[in-house]
Amino acid sequence: MARFLSLAEAVQSIVRDGDSVAMEGFTHLIPHAAGHEIIRQRRKRLTLIRMTPDLIYDQLIGMGCVDKLVFSWGGNPGVGSLHRFRDAVENGWPQPLAVEEHSHAAMANAYEAGAAGLPLAVFRGYVGVDLPKVNPRIKHITCPFTGEQLAAVPAHRPDVAVIHAQRADREGNVMLEGIVGVQKEAVLSAKRSIVTVEEVVDDFGPRNLNAVILPHWTLGAVVAVPGGAYPSYAQGYYKRDNAFYIAWDKIARERASFQAWMKDNVLEQGPEVFAAHARRLNAKAA
Amino acid sequence: MADYKPGEMMTVAAARALRNEDVCFVGIGMPSAASNLARLTHAPGITLIYESGTIATRPDVLPLSIGDGELCSTALTTVSVPEMFRYWLQGGRMTVGFLGGAQIDRFANLNTTVVGPYDRPKVRLPGGGGAPEIASSCGEIFIIMAQSKRSFVAKLDFITSMGHGEGGDHRARLGLKSKGPTKLVTDLCIFEPDPQSREMTVTSIHPGVTREQIADNTGWPVRYAANIAVTAAPTADELRVLREVHARTARAHGEAA
Repeated sequence: MARFLSLAEAVQSIVRDGDSVAMEGFTHLIPHAAGHEIIRQRRKRLTLIRMTPDLIYDQLIGMGCVDKLVFSWGGNPGVGSLHRFRDAVENGWPQPLAVEEHSHAAMANAYEAGAAGLPLAVFRGYVGVDLPKVNPRIKHITCPFTGEQLAAVPAHRPDVAVIHAQRADREGNVMLEGIVGVQKEAVLSAKRSIVTVEEVVDDFGPRNLNAVILPHWTLGAVVAVPGGAYPSYAQGYYKRDNAFYIAWDKIARERASFQAWMKDNVLEQGPEVFAAHARRLNAKAA
Repeated sequence: MADYKPGEMMTVAAARALRNEDVCFVGIGMPSAASNLARLTHAPGITLIYESGTIATRPDVLPLSIGDGELCSTALTTVSVPEMFRYWLQGGRMTVGFLGGAQIDRFANLNTTVVGPYDRPKVRLPGGGGAPEIASSCGEIFIIMAQSKRSFVAKLDFITSMGHGEGGDHRARLGLKSKGPTKLVTDLCIFEPDPQSREMTVTSIHPGVTREQIADNTGWPVRYAANIAVTAAPTADELRVLREVHARTARAHGEAA
């Protein structure tokens, strides 16, 4: 049953040291504010799961919150490398990072299998490539009907899913729209969840009869954090801050500049700073 | 002849490979530029699909990321990512997949995972993303990459997505029914697979480019087809449309483009 909490309370009560945590968002609706709160509360030894780890995972890795990353594409979209992720893999800084690497198809199927309560995902993939040689969790299974060899990976069953969405109503039902990625599957595959939203409304109002809605009883905590996806975007609310994604390349390149930025913009701030970012981008778009 | 840059020749030549009736799974970056150029010139009916779930999208500016809002708001419909990979890609509905990569070998296998050993990489690259299954599930694959000795290598450290594997009938032996890479467009020339060996072979050289230049920028001894064409230079119209879309993109993304 969803509880309306502050972001600090939600992370305090739902995310524990050593948890596996899936903070999903496919370019759109990435839960940056929640990620910052996890960093501020100094969570340790996390296993992070995500198809497209980008800036927020770079920050969690660089701040030493993460032991292991399960992923399929780790970069700064349209810009290049994630320097903190690379430093952890290449040099073990600030601590060694174990990786479990998949393809997008495998990750998407693994979330869907988790949401469906299955132990594994089966799909046609990984043909002629090297990932199965370095990831022992990629296996093959024979179709009992046709004899076809298919790829199999374990279902994702994260301890916690964290997503950002546009709206919640007063009951705590949550609606997402636009590029919805794999967020519904991530929440339904997880044991616990936190959803940050742009706003809480009395009623969703007129909507598509097939709108993507997560009922309140499937969720853990619902937290209103306007701008909480920044520098990612929330369709209908504010645009992606592409300039910040480019700026991150320089900020994260050196350990010292990264740590200084994290101190000024995360450790010494609270979730309220996100609303100002969203307002600034709205003004720019107008 | 209009004045143009090698990168523009590459994008134009890649765009021409796409047909009006194609359903194209589009990678971000240069594949996206070429696919949208095709849509804005000779292939207005092409269906462009991005792995973020956007189907039949018609962006006015090129996306910086695979999931820009522009892709969603100009799409016919947007589906979830699991649906995209299961029903649309694995379901065999893409006639062509358009990829780039960090490194390529002579059989058009691609590496976007690591340089050096996997457990102790010299350079950790972003990884495969959708590419492993795009490469096997789309009817055929077009690849666009600028040519250099660092990126066109004799041996890949890691095979992220399969091209023609070890060559010959390797794909068929693994049970793949799709054609694999049928075109590799670079800033110097166009490669297509040899009918028997499946080695990528130069079939067309861009205007003014020499075989010496191609050799200097390829990490293996390049093979040439018996009949080699000279790629038609970009037309004034192709260049105008390409430059306009880049200008719109630069204005939209600020310093991003």
